[in-house]
Amino acid sequence: MRRLADFLLPLAVAAFLLGAWEAAVAHWQVPAYVLPAPSAIARAFADNFGSLMEALASTLAVTLEAFVAACVLGIATATAFSQSRLLERTLYPYAVILQVTPVVAIAPLILIWVGFERINLALVIIATIVAFFPILAGATLGLKSADFNLIDLTRLYGASRLQTLWRIRLPNALPYLLSGMKTAGGLALIGAVVAEFVAGSGTATGLAWRIVESGNRLEIATLFAALALLALTGVMIFAALSFLEWWLLRRWHESAISAS
Amino acid sequence: MIALSGIAKRFPNGVQALNDLSFTVGRGEFVSLLGPSGCGKSTALRLAAGLLTPDAGTVTCADGKPQIGFVFQDHTLMPWADAMTNARLPLDLKRVPREQADACAVAALARVGLAGFERAYPRELSGGMKMRVSIARALAAQPQLLLLDEPFAALDEITRNTLGDDLLKLWREDGLTVLFVTHSVSESSYLSQRVLVMTSRPGRITADIALASGRDSRLSPVTIEAQRFISGALNTAIAA
Repeated sequence: MRRLADFLLPLAVAAFLLGAWEAAVAHWQVPAYVLPAPSAIARAFADNFGSLMEALASTLAVTLEAFVAACVLGIATATAFSQSRLLERTLYPYAVILQVTPVVAIAPLILIWVGFERINLALVIIATIVAFFPILAGATLGLKSADFNLIDLTRLYGASRLQTLWRIRLPNALPYLLSGMKTAGGLALIGAVVAEFVAGSGTATGLAWRIVESGNRLEIATLFAALALLALTGVMIFAALSFLEWWLLRRWHESAISAS
Repeated sequence: MIALSGIAKRFPNGVQALNDLSFTVGRGEFVSLLGPSGCGKSTALRLAAGLLTPDAGTVTCADGKPQIGFVFQDHTLMPWADAMTNARLPLDLKRVPREQADACAVAALARVGLAGFERAYPRELSGGMKMRVSIARALAAQPQLLLLDEPFAALDEITRNTLGDDLLKLWREDGLTVLFVTHSVSESSYLSQRVLVMTSRPGRITADIALASGRDSRLSPVTIEAQRFISGALNTAIAA
């Protein structure tokens, strides 16, 4: 019953808001180029379904590639940090610099360096930079916070560093890593969208470019349809990663047990 | 079996934990290391295990380094692994073939009364059962020397007494050598053959008490008498 309510209540709120929106647009006769009614957005979505799906596939591909790259790089760097305090102290500040520098500011540089003929690679690099840090921070914290007594026990039984890493540090890091991945999933999408905006016309073919293009043509209903698709994609990525988190932790971690 | 001689240990924060600590534990003995909180008992146990190195003094083993089983005050289980995988850890680390390791882990769990709980995760077990898994893990390594760091301190009295009896049974059956850290006079007087009493920090041994036989229950007159004697020695050590 509670699960049904968890699902139905947000839907009821959405239905109410869309109904109010539709009624308000009709009542005050708001021009479609300012705020189209939900029904008009649905029509625009149906009319442009093919091209919107192509744009979604393009953005999604960049997002997923960037997410995977951020996971691989983040986990590898965090593992290296967990094995050497010196390496961590030396390189962590640069990871922070990369994180706090606005990606819009460095995106044009990356586009120039990689070249517009390899635009997809440039987009993936930009989105990876945005998604990288939460994974690095989560994995580093998790790898370093393993129970000292357990680590001592592995030493007592003559474990190699690799065995300790594989059997103790990595499983211990899993909840922290998955939390970082949930944040990174959304950030990879944001990074892909920002990268497409910066790449501009003639090169990028994703949803962000459809938004810019629709705005320029005053096709506001299509713009809203692309926007809704983008939001829905973000929600789906978050839901998929939340499910993965629950599935991997369901037998032992408090966060997953209290959620089931 | 193991001898600590003239041990001194100072931690990086400046605390002198041990100074001139010396004692021996013979093969097959059950020895308790008793002292007030913070006197360096756990540090001494970690030195005996080789997890810490002394600033001065030596730790020597008569016939080379024995296989050690270690039980911490906290159960120190891997929460992401079931009881079987936890008990199997020392064998996995030694790359013992899986079938053989599984058989050892199952046997060790059965010996501590956890047959049928092989697939249970730590969160599904009570405090006493978690400690049993921890003891099973130490037994799975087939230790010659079992080091226990206040293993029952966080448990209720009934569980503590049951686990104490089970530990005695294991010691008698396996001919283990046991070094048992505790701050409980009653526990040390009932379980051990010898009690080493430590001073407050920096810890050293002030009394080495060999206990009389006939302590077959916690309330037998011999056990109560041993308790009185140990309490007196402990009070003297704290006052010193």
